[in-house]
Amino acid sequence: MNALIRLENIYKIYKIGDNEVRALDGVSLSIAQNEFVSIVGPSGSGKSTLMNVIGCLDTPTSGEYYIEGTEVSKMRDDRLADIRNTKIGFIFQSYNLLGKLTVIENVELPLIYMGKPRSERHALARAAIERVGLADRENNRPNQLSGGQQQRVAIARALANRPPLILADEPTGALDSRTGAEIMQMLKDIHQSGNTIILITHEKEVAEHAQRIISIHDGKISSDSEVTHA
Amino acid sequence: MNISQALKMAFQSIAGNKMRAFLTMLGIIIGVAAVIIMVSLVQASTASITAQMESLGTNMMTVMLTGRNSSRNLSVADMQKLVDDNPNFFNSVAPSVSGSPTIKAGTVNASTSLIGTNQHYSEINNTPVESGRFITEADCTSRKKVVVIGKYIANKYFEGQDPAGQTLKVSGQVFTVVGVLTAKTTTMTEGSTDDRIIIPYTTAQRLLRNAEIRSYSFQATSSEVAEQASEKLEELLLKLLGSENAYRVMNQAEMLENVATMTGTMSMMLGGIAGISLIVGGIGIMNIMLVSVTERTREIGIRKAIGARRKSIMSQFLIESIVVSCIGGIIGIIIGIAGTYFIGKAVGIEAGASAMVMLLSAGVSVSIGIFFGWYPANKASKLNPIDALRFE
Repeated sequence: MNALIRLENIYKIYKIGDNEVRALDGVSLSIAQNEFVSIVGPSGSGKSTLMNVIGCLDTPTSGEYYIEGTEVSKMRDDRLADIRNTKIGFIFQSYNLLGKLTVIENVELPLIYMGKPRSERHALARAAIERVGLADRENNRPNQLSGGQQQRVAIARALANRPPLILADEPTGALDSRTGAEIMQMLKDIHQSGNTIILITHEKEVAEHAQRIISIHDGKISSDSEVTHA
Repeated sequence: MNISQALKMAFQSIAGNKMRAFLTMLGIIIGVAAVIIMVSLVQASTASITAQMESLGTNMMTVMLTGRNSSRNLSVADMQKLVDDNPNFFNSVAPSVSGSPTIKAGTVNASTSLIGTNQHYSEINNTPVESGRFITEADCTSRKKVVVIGKYIANKYFEGQDPAGQTLKVSGQVFTVVGVLTAKTTTMTEGSTDDRIIIPYTTAQRLLRNAEIRSYSFQATSSEVAEQASEKLEELLLKLLGSENAYRVMNQAEMLENVATMTGTMSMMLGGIAGISLIVGGIGIMNIMLVSVTERTREIGIRKAIGARRKSIMSQFLIESIVVSCIGGIIGIIIGIAGTYFIGKAVGIEAGASAMVMLLSAGVSVSIGIFFGWYPANKASKLNPIDALRFE
């Protein structure tokens, strides 16, 4: 199996006073290219910490983490920033768009940090916006869009750099069920076109859109199973 | 991320909060304008003082005989001999005796200042006559009771008539007016340099019952040799009097230097005081940038999550503070130029802001942007993306 990401014995330990909190307690897992995986667990289970580690927003206390065979668990800040920029697209529950920028400027941001020249940036950003069906809104600001539209802008931003891995943290959490379903369909389409998607959620129905569900409890993987679609 | 992107971001952020940006700039604006106005006005007044002094002639030097540590006193003839013996250095010498007698013409009387001197005084001290004649050698040798009057006195005592040939009582003695001095001031008020009379020094010695002449003005042959002439004069006087304490020589060049040093110090001091307001302005920028970093913590988190390096965040905030302080600096320079012009006009000095001061304050405002922007920018760049994303 060609693993896109591989975690080996990942620990994340916080010290609060004399107490030791094991947010991640020896997690090992491997996700292949073009998998669609859900990570589920109640709050406090460590799934957010796991997402932060997978997203290179945080480094583990110990253990090894590889993306496309490169160890990233011991990288420094700026290298991690580059990995986030080129390998990972983030989709957040609260969209996290920059309110003062227009849709296209938001989508261009990762391309700016990648160092793409202006014309290429425009082309790539426009392609991503078209893909989420917002071509006519590219000069609007986020507050002029509905929640579902804002989340689609965030998806376009995640796709703009063409990263292999899309990390979606409760992407439907702030949306009504109909819009949520649209967003899920969009993620599925993205998966169909070749991306690997990791979806973090606490809703079982949302998780079942994936091919594989990993459950986290008390910092440990409690189950890891394929979903059989009826 | 390149500079043009960073600049665009900075302008976007400033445009998004115009009032705050303006208030932030205000410190820099006031500081830069104050430095320019203060320094330019001092420079302009220095220039006008220097010009006035130069109009007196840089080849003039004065000797004061203090009489200390020396039993010998020098006479006018001794001084004249110094001039005659050193024609390469000196043109002429004029003694000067001063007093403040009461003068009376008709029924009007007042006190004025008097100078007793010889025929060379007019040229050495640049005091030409407007009408009539100056004191002559003959007046001095025969102690004639003739008087040259200042323009103020001419206007006050002999209004509407030709003063020449009229009589004027000086300390109760009758003098004949022979000439009127050209006005030195435009206002010609009482107590000004136009309120004075000049008589032969021999007559003055007798009138004031003061036998000794302690002050002389020498004229060097040219301003090029003025420095050497003054050294030569010191050397000769030392030989004659035997003590350095017995005399003092002051030349115009030295006086000019003194003025330059004095106004230079003043310029530094005023500039320094104004400079403090620049520092205060800089602290204002730092303050606002720190607030801005806190306010935009989430934005920083988002930027970091999608791949901004430390350097990108750092330069974004740094460039923002540089842009703010530069705009402030430019506005300050404009206000400084205008302020210098108008205040200069109001106080009657022809003043223009010098390019040097403008360049300096422009440089200072950029440095302030960098210096005071550094800490907040660095703080922003070091934010942890997870904490920043969680920030509400």
